[in-house]
Amino acid sequence: MFQMTVHNLYIFDRNGACLHYSEWNRKKQAGISKQEEFKLMYGMLFSIRSFVSKMSPLDMREGFQCFQTSRYKLHFYETPTGLKFIMNTDLSVPNARETLHQIYSTLYVDYIVKNPLCSLGDPLQSDLFSARLDTFIKNLPYFNPRAA
Amino acid sequence: MAIFSVYLVNKAGGLIYQYDNYVPRAEAEKTFSYPLDLVLKIHDEKVIVSFGQRDGIRVGHAVLSINGVDVMGKNTADGKDVIEYLKDSSNYPVSIRFGRARLSSNEKLMLASMFHSLFAIGSQLSPEVGSSGIEMLETDVFKLHCFQTLTGIKFIVLADPRQSGIDALLRKIYEIYSDFALKNPFYSLEMPIRCELFDQNLKIALEVAEKAGSFGPGS
Repeated sequence: MFQMTVHNLYIFDRNGACLHYSEWNRKKQAGISKQEEFKLMYGMLFSIRSFVSKMSPLDMREGFQCFQTSRYKLHFYETPTGLKFIMNTDLSVPNARETLHQIYSTLYVDYIVKNPLCSLGDPLQSDLFSARLDTFIKNLPYFNPRAA
Repeated sequence: MAIFSVYLVNKAGGLIYQYDNYVPRAEAEKTFSYPLDLVLKIHDEKVIVSFGQRDGIRVGHAVLSINGVDVMGKNTADGKDVIEYLKDSSNYPVSIRFGRARLSSNEKLMLASMFHSLFAIGSQLSPEVGSSGIEMLETDVFKLHCFQTLTGIKFIVLADPRQSGIDALLRKIYEIYSDFALKNPFYSLEMPIRCELFDQNLKIALEVAEKAGSFGPGS
């Protein structure tokens, strides 16, 4: 029986630079350095989006939304400005697109875009953003801190 | 509710079988007068709309036919360059049909190998221990289901997002593969599948899956 939970969250900008990464319940590391992992994650998603646009039998509006394996589900949301939000959860979470959109519109826009000290393209260094993001994720109905 | 296509990928990532069951053709044919208000460019040996989306003609659509005659890549059937032809005002008014470009066999081979790699990366980047590769990939217009056997063969099915029973269908295709391809003495492992009985039985299985919405047990 899987416990509903969020494993980790990545935010990439339009050039592929990782702006933010948080993890809550991650049991297995990728076996490569964090910088390499970010590049691999971005590369994988870039390739998936290209793959999907060629494979699709019909014209798509939103494009790639999520994928799942036997153990986790990856949710993807891209803003019109090219900002990419990626969240890994367990399998019982239905489409988290709305959640990612909320993270963008309430947290990112309010605490990063409106912050005069944060320049676009730099890794997000706002402590307020990190704290609010942490609270937001922990308050999600499907978040359960795992028993160690 | 439809099943669009089936792909079989071998251990090395090469495509060994491909079948398009239902390919929706969203095409738009319109008559244009000079000058053409769409911007066309050549991409991958095809003439693609790069700007000027309107009336069912979207960016990314390819020129499929001019005045009812199918184009051949970037040339018309007579061998003239499409873009040059459309620059000449004496050829107007002209009727052009636009639509999503069909995938060539080469492109399908490349996409299958691409998915083979993405499947493996999905497993590597897993935050959980013991994860398989990508088993299901969802977009707003289709869902891709993948089943990898213990021997490394992948069965990939593209279907409508609302279609159910694909897991049972994937197992059924595995059964058909082992009955009509593996047990065929003239079939070599990992090679492209050219077995008539495999084709026939696959088509029947797809029909049943589409009609029933789900595949019955023990079929």
